[in-house]
Amino acid sequence: MSINWYKYASPASFYFLAGKMIWYFSIAAAVLLIAGLYIGFFVAPTDFQQGEAYRIIFIHVPVAWMSMFLYVVMAFWAGIGLAFNTRLSSMVATAIAPTGAMFTFLALWTGAWWGKPMWGAWWVWDARLTSELILLFLYIGFMSLQAAIDDPRRADKAGAIIALVGVVNIPIIYFSVQWWNTLHQGASVSITQSPKMATAMLAGMLIMSLAAWMYSIAMILKRTRAIILERERHTTWVAELKGTKR
Amino acid sequence: MKPRHKKIAIIAASVTALTISAILVLNVFQSNLVFFFSPSQVVAKEAPVGKSFRIGGLVEEGSLKRQGNSTTVSFAVTDTAEAIKVVYTGILPDLFKEGKGVVAQGKIANDGIFYADEVLAKHDENYMPPEAASALEQAAKAQKASLTQ
Repeated sequence: MSINWYKYASPASFYFLAGKMIWYFSIAAAVLLIAGLYIGFFVAPTDFQQGEAYRIIFIHVPVAWMSMFLYVVMAFWAGIGLAFNTRLSSMVATAIAPTGAMFTFLALWTGAWWGKPMWGAWWVWDARLTSELILLFLYIGFMSLQAAIDDPRRADKAGAIIALVGVVNIPIIYFSVQWWNTLHQGASVSITQSPKMATAMLAGMLIMSLAAWMYSIAMILKRTRAIILERERHTTWVAELKGTKR
Repeated sequence: MKPRHKKIAIIAASVTALTISAILVLNVFQSNLVFFFSPSQVVAKEAPVGKSFRIGGLVEEGSLKRQGNSTTVSFAVTDTAEAIKVVYTGILPDLFKEGKGVVAQGKIANDGIFYADEVLAKHDENYMPPEAASALEQAAKAQKASLTQ
């Protein structure tokens, strides 16, 4: 069976498909969040070094991963929109930015809460922390630039350029702890090495990451739907939608 | 507020945000890429002289001494090749321990002692329950014992 994927590149059909999918992803997010928090707070053992305070890892690491990953996805769709002039990809990129910015802010915030008891400082200007702060500015820059331009197609193009230029920051964030002396410790979980964590801790963290994924997908679909309605408000299908549903 | 004014305000805000981030990037690339210097670098005179900088390494085992009843402590920061004596007055972070990572900010005086005004603990990326940690420690000891035999 072949699926006609191009059909879903049309904002109208994507609108209805997304409307159905939001529910599945929202429910998955809620279930995984509860499971992840339960494992994180009740099943995972106390750490030999950091005691109970290390449990902030179950929020901090998933949101930090998500903040970087969403930026790459945002830049990808913005780039596709710029290159192929596909309206929907640019709308998705615009929809990703606020969620990405929220995760970046959470990563910085939970990091500060973790840094104070463990390192002895809320904030230090090391390469990892500074590059993550720059990521927040990139998201904010992308959103405010798009907000400043009235014509949505021009806003898409301008935003895509910021998004693509900013991608260079992602490997800097990820490898900063290897390239330079930082106060932030190295990666506990990476593709090339076996995890440096107890299994229950790792399970909690991975389930929380999945929850963050599901939440992001649901939020991005919802926001994309709102953007589609706003931009397509003069079309007949939106007018018909208004007639049928209140 | 007219739309035109709003637009100008938003553009000004984004330019400011981008400028601030550019300044931060340059600042990082200039000085803070090296968040701390190792004792070997300090001995090799790679660290700034007469200026405040950070030194990082492990707290040498058996080097931690408290001066009387005060909060002044002295310890040695080592990278296993070289060691620098550090003197600090203040409260140490919870994770500060002999044999563990530390980053101290301060200046080197003429007597070769590093006078710190801030001490931060640097922990590693290993997370495990205490039982596992003590089992690992036992295994390391057993291995050491068998090597010396």
